[in-house]
Amino acid sequence: MSLATEPAPEQGGVEHSARQHPRVALVAPSNRRRRLAYAGLTPFAAYVLIFLALPTILAVVTGFFSDDGTLTLDNVMGLFTPTILATFGSSFWLSGVTAVIGAVVGALICYAMLGTKVGGLLRTIIESAASVLAQFGGVMLAFAFIATIGVQGLVTVILRDTVGIDIFADGVWLYQVPGLILPYVYFQVPLMVITFLPALTALRPQWAEASATLGGTRFAYWRHIATPVLAPAFLGSLLLLFANAFSSFATAAALISQGSQIVPLQIRSALVSETVLGRENMAGALALGMIVVMVVVMWAYSVLQSRTTRWQQ
Amino acid sequence: MSANVAAPVHPVEPPRTRPKPANHAVRIGAEPSALARRLILGIIGTIFLIPVIAMIEFTFRDGLAGSYTVNHWTGLFSEDSARTYRGLYQAMENSLVLAAVTVAIVLVLLLPTMVLVHLQFPRLKRALEFICIIPITVPAIVLVVGLAPVYSVVVQVLGGSTWTLAFAYGITVLPYAYRAIQSNLDAIPVKTLSEAAGTLGAGWMTVLWHVLLPNLRRGVLAASFISIAVVLGEFTIASLLNRRNLQTALLQVSQSDPWVAVIFALFALALAFVLLLIIGRLGSAMPSRRKS
Amino acid sequence: MTTTLTKSLTTSAPATGATVQLSAVVKAFAGHTALNSIDLNVAPGELVALLGPSGCGKTTALRSISGLEGIDSGRILIDGEDVAETPTNKRDIGMVFQAYSLFPHMSVLENVEFGLKMRKVAAARRRERALESLDMVGLTKHCDRFAHQLSGGQQQRVALARALVTRPRVLLLDEPLSALDAKVRVHLREEIRRIQTELGITTVFVTHDQEEALAVADRVAVMRDGRIEQIGTPEELYATPANAFVADFVGLSNRMPADLIDGTVTLHGCNLTLLGDPMPDGPVIALVRPEDMVFATDGIAGTVTASSFLGSLRRTRVRLSDGTVVAIQHEVERHPLPGEPVSVRLKGAPVSALPPMPKK
Repeated sequence: MSLATEPAPEQGGVEHSARQHPRVALVAPSNRRRRLAYAGLTPFAAYVLIFLALPTILAVVTGFFSDDGTLTLDNVMGLFTPTILATFGSSFWLSGVTAVIGAVVGALICYAMLGTKVGGLLRTIIESAASVLAQFGGVMLAFAFIATIGVQGLVTVILRDTVGIDIFADGVWLYQVPGLILPYVYFQVPLMVITFLPALTALRPQWAEASATLGGTRFAYWRHIATPVLAPAFLGSLLLLFANAFSSFATAAALISQGSQIVPLQIRSALVSETVLGRENMAGALALGMIVVMVVVMWAYSVLQSRTTRWQQ
Repeated sequence: MSANVAAPVHPVEPPRTRPKPANHAVRIGAEPSALARRLILGIIGTIFLIPVIAMIEFTFRDGLAGSYTVNHWTGLFSEDSARTYRGLYQAMENSLVLAAVTVAIVLVLLLPTMVLVHLQFPRLKRALEFICIIPITVPAIVLVVGLAPVYSVVVQVLGGSTWTLAFAYGITVLPYAYRAIQSNLDAIPVKTLSEAAGTLGAGWMTVLWHVLLPNLRRGVLAASFISIAVVLGEFTIASLLNRRNLQTALLQVSQSDPWVAVIFALFALALAFVLLLIIGRLGSAMPSRRKS
Repeated sequence: MTTTLTKSLTTSAPATGATVQLSAVVKAFAGHTALNSIDLNVAPGELVALLGPSGCGKTTALRSISGLEGIDSGRILIDGEDVAETPTNKRDIGMVFQAYSLFPHMSVLENVEFGLKMRKVAAARRRERALESLDMVGLTKHCDRFAHQLSGGQQQRVALARALVTRPRVLLLDEPLSALDAKVRVHLREEIRRIQTELGITTVFVTHDQEEALAVADRVAVMRDGRIEQIGTPEELYATPANAFVADFVGLSNRMPADLIDGTVTLHGCNLTLLGDPMPDGPVIALVRPEDMVFATDGIAGTVTASSFLGSLRRTRVRLSDGTVVAIQHEVERHPLPGEPVSVRLKGAPVSALPPMPKK
């Protein structure tokens, strides 16, 4: 038998070695190995199917059914009633305001960090603080702000006793939508630092140097070069901040124990008290509305991201 | 020929030493001056510290009496405390169990899948990435609407205890865990290592355990820590599915004993800070330090 | 050789450039001195190359001329005026960086127009001059493209057009070709030289590639550890290196043990003139160029160890009878094989010498 017709090259090829080493599946996978590999994907696939795909579909689909199980558009139409529209409006307003404030303050911090050593002490501290505070939401954040600017909060008391300013002279606003702004900004700014800092540090020093050798002033560099290059990343981060505020629930839930001034709280009402709107499936319609908004925002974000990475060859 | 060309050489005065010039990057505007940097970071940093300081100050207040006391702190460790705060400690235990199970899900489900895709199914990488980013577009508040019916089934199969929430948490931490592990995977030559090990006679189990996992330590640890931080801070799903975890318990306790609630919040903040500081350190350290 | 041709071009072209003068320039970074009292005079329209290994200070010297690096003491004069207090954007220079210097969000044309925009030139006139500049580098057709759509060589040509559009009085090039492929490098360095001589602009060119420096420059300054070891025309540096570092750095040299007697180097029976400063008599290490040795029938005996084909010539390594391994450059027709016994002879050209101690 010639060597050319030797079967199963995996078995040592030319030599008839008694020892067979099972090769890693990468090297010439047989059909059986391939199917085995596919099988390896099934646990994760099943998990994601049950706990991500299924709930998402259910959340969206329940909006199209009424309590007794019949298909209906009532819930979706209910999204366009003045109350619900006002809720969406409040959500947009809150998310927009906190996104803008967070983006501007965050960008300022990133600017101040330009030129610091990567991996150095200052940068590590700020990056760690940013990752912690970006996650510091919900209940604990609410406590922090009640302790700060609540009716007996530290700052409230100091302002009242030393400077004579009563910040709640026109009523206690902390437990309404405007009161959410400061807590939201507290986690928006760190999120901005996390997402925008890579873009700012990707500014090549050669651009500033080339601008100088071509006669550009500091202002000209920032106006003609740095700002246009950073604009897509800045806007992208802004959108991310908007999405983040829009989908936040815990902080609002902790500060506003009753009421549904913004969409997540509206969902809470729909889920928890079945009598308020009379329709539990309203939650599904609201979820659908939220997903539509999020998809639009995240799609715009990904477009801006691709623009950003295109210039960072 | 002489070394110097016969160019008109302008008579030069003896060289004078000048004061140290400012950093050139500052002069051309690429970086802020030290003053600007300190001003910006100082002011904003102070503003961000105020709530933390307020929280600390609050924990020492003696009710509305206007004086200060350490009772709230010492009360935590007294004999009565175990009874009074039983609910809270139970809730904290729940959260820790949830964190552990969530990390287990990440390590047992997500990690092998990511390695498998990286090695065998490179074309599925985009799909996997997309799946792991979906939880950002479908936030917890939306997911929970559809989780209620799913969990009614889960309760029938596995019982109604709190740890089953970890299945939902595994989904919420997907974006963070994915990014942490993926950046590690991208940094090491996985395919080359596996192929090299294969030509040296290793089976796929050996490759996974002895070759790949030691190199993925950084990403795995980062993913675990960030999952723990997220799970400890999670409120939305627990609250709307009527389970008790650390955050829901804190909210409830705050109505009767706000001081202990704030103390716990401070602990959680400190713990998260330590965890994420360690991640930051891991990120800058070399992946493997071998003594040769 | 091209250098003679370009030299005559230099002397006949109008010297419109400025003079550049560095006088006793010192610059130290934390812990190490980058420039250790540099003196340099560049004539109008001249191209001087700063050549040396990494860390020798050549880039620091260039950047201090541009103002992107400050100096601790000494003077920098452009056209006779001290520019130490002048910020970079007022020094009227053009600079080409190693890579990544094109503004990514602007088209090629907008990039080239930038310098004119800073000088408040009107839009129509700006466009006209920018297109002229692009024409000089042969890229007018790409004026609406963006940096990431161009190859490395094209990007550097745009960078050159951008630097020259304002007709600066000095052109500074910081290793502009180092990031490019070999073939593109050769082509582009000839382009740069051609444009530079046509415009008559004073130029300082930093490189670590000695072949590049010898090919384009009017004069080359070899630098080491913050000092200029020697400055002269490429021929001077090659034929009469001032010291062993220059002899070693510029071109290839064989090291052969020899004796210095009465100022003459005696090597394998030949008497050779000593180049550079006088040295005390005694044993030395002579630096012999590969082209200064030939195969002969009655020379020093040796065995071939390896032979490399370099296209237009061959370089063969021979182990001589006394154990030294030397490289000989010769015509391609002769193809020595490893192990072949051969005989080599020195042509008798002057040599540099090193003291016989372990150095560097």
